[in-house]
Amino acid sequence: MAIIVTDKGFTTDDFASPVRPLAEIDQVQDGEGVEIGPADDPRALVGVLGQVGLIRVRFPAFNDGRGFSHARDLRSFGYTGRLRAVGHVLADQYAMARRVGFDEVEIDESLGARQPEDQWLARANWRDNWYQARLRA
Amino acid sequence: MYKYNEFDEAAVRSRVAQFRAQVQRRIDGSLTEDEFRPLRLMNGLYLQLHAYMLRIAVPYGTLNPAKMRQLATIAERWDKGYGHFTTRTNLQLNWPRLKDVPDMLEALADVGMHSIQTSGNCVRNVTADHFAGAAADEIEDPRPIAELIRQWSTDHPEFQFLPRKFKIGITGSPHDRAVIRSHDVGLRMVRNAAGEPGFEVYVGGGLGRTPMLAQVIRDFLPQADLLPYLEAILGAYNLKGRRDNKWKARIKITVFENGLDAFRADVEERFERLRSQWSGVDQDILAEIRPHFAPPAFRNAPVDSYEAFRAANPVFRAWTDTNLHEHKVDGYAIVSISLKKHGATPGDATSDQMRVMADLAEKYGHGDLRVSHEQNIILPHVHKSDLPAVWQALREAELATANIGLVSDIIACPGMDYCSLATARAIPIAQQIALRFDELKVEHEVGPLKIKISGCINACGHHHVGHIGILGLDKAGVENYQITLGGDGTETASIGEKMGPGFAASEIVGAIERLVLGYLEIRRDAEETFLECVRRVGLEPFRAFLYEQEETADAA
Ligand code: SF4
Repeated sequence: MAIIVTDKGFTTDDFASPVRPLAEIDQVQDGEGVEIGPADDPRALVGVLGQVGLIRVRFPAFNDGRGFSHARDLRSFGYTGRLRAVGHVLADQYAMARRVGFDEVEIDESLGARQPEDQWLARANWRDNWYQARLRA
Repeated sequence: MYKYNEFDEAAVRSRVAQFRAQVQRRIDGSLTEDEFRPLRLMNGLYLQLHAYMLRIAVPYGTLNPAKMRQLATIAERWDKGYGHFTTRTNLQLNWPRLKDVPDMLEALADVGMHSIQTSGNCVRNVTADHFAGAAADEIEDPRPIAELIRQWSTDHPEFQFLPRKFKIGITGSPHDRAVIRSHDVGLRMVRNAAGEPGFEVYVGGGLGRTPMLAQVIRDFLPQADLLPYLEAILGAYNLKGRRDNKWKARIKITVFENGLDAFRADVEERFERLRSQWSGVDQDILAEIRPHFAPPAFRNAPVDSYEAFRAANPVFRAWTDTNLHEHKVDGYAIVSISLKKHGATPGDATSDQMRVMADLAEKYGHGDLRVSHEQNIILPHVHKSDLPAVWQALREAELATANIGLVSDIIACPGMDYCSLATARAIPIAQQIALRFDELKVEHEVGPLKIKISGCINACGHHHVGHIGILGLDKAGVENYQITLGGDGTETASIGEKMGPGFAASEIVGAIERLVLGYLEIRRDAEETFLECVRRVGLEPFRAFLYEQEETADAA
């Protein structure tokens, strides 16, 4: 079962509504989720940002950083809802994910076994030592 | 010199603690080697041909005596007692052990230094004019801006996993000593018609296998817009840059393939969107940074003793002719300390030499030291009356080679001696060329001439912008050296052109000799530099020097 990582550690997924790929954007009902991949253009979501309940941003590989810009972009379009990074994200990237606007990270059990909860909790202090927030504020 | 505040101190210390834990987690298996790799790279730790290599950041090439001494100590305690200053003004230690690296980082943090982002696909150490704050032709000191960029780029959450590495260079002088057009982003400090400070912004430069000079993306960017604009450029690149092919992943290719206008439109759209997230507090922080770079209390003293010593001592005079540059303050000079003693490894300094340079900076140089991208050390502020003493101390430390800007002041990458990507040796070629011209005793007559050598197509030795560039390749298992001519990294930038078939390792020194001696024959007069001569006569006469030698011998 998927593991959801937040500042409080590991938990289970409580998002019960369907999550649709970007191709099905026209069929998204209020409160449903949408998923985008690295090569997708989040601008396509601008019209529905007020009604979706969750946006999942897929990370097929930890060293493909496009998802970080997608998160920042989605927030800059005014999206204030739930934003989740999904896939191959490392504990060491948790602070980066939170800082660009993700609320949580979803990983699979094998990654969670190799990088257990304490390694993620070690970066729950992601607001500390944050140069960009200090410069932007 | 910028001094860390509590925020910087805490940030760097926490990075060291994180890395210590990461090393531990690599050892206990929580991290695979694949996953550890980018994390160690983010802390400047490479795996080289023979061992790990730690690349220590020297932000915008600026050091003070305490930092230089600490580098000497670290090199002695955990490495082999020397370090290598690089073309990105960093210091590389070639033999650290993984288990020692957290302690080395801790020792760096003790003097306000780190090795963050000296590798990996992130924003690298920002480079600036090495004469900043001292040059007579400077409009504005680029170091406060460079420090602002250092802070902004450190741990930037959005840009740690870019398609490829990203380099920013900045100059505050019309004479571009920072080679800004070979950077992913180059910044030239300018003022607009109303006298307001800002930047001419260049994008898409880079050397490597496809050398390109950066183009202007914005001719005037107000100073306060800098950081959001950089984020817009990087965001556009992060999404548009190619990730399918390492050789096409730099921003120069992104700009080239999308076209500058389309790329600019993308950047401007992002900039519009991001600008409002910036409250302007970065400009307050910039204002706090500025006093750290206030000019020192310059002395006003007579220079007669200097002139007298110079008149009486021809060896000293030769050194002052090549190793001094004009300072903005009367009575002062900018001193370049050559790390290119004939036959030595370009850019290497021993711990003892580092200490000598630190002492001299403290005693005679207002506590300021710089690393130049040409792999020399600069004392930017020395009063001329102190030059004889400085020179004598440098001589005793074998640091008084009078060859700045001359044939033997060669830039060479580590090449086959250290680098796992190398296709040929670079350092030994540099050593042999330097020794040969020392024998010929013509380098002062030849005058300004930049030779740059890379040990593979990645071009870390900047051979494309050498007046003479040498690229070491591997031809069926044999080293082969290709020559380019007419490159230039300054405000009159150009990429060197290929001359023709390459030369074997045993032939390359003779080939360079023929080029240089040939130039002496055909130059208009002693005033015409090598580069000017190449530009005037074109490549053909030089091709003849390179390739028609045997026919001449037959005829004779
Ligand atoms: S140019 Fe090639 S050989 Fe030289 S340092 Fe760079 S990668 Fe290594």
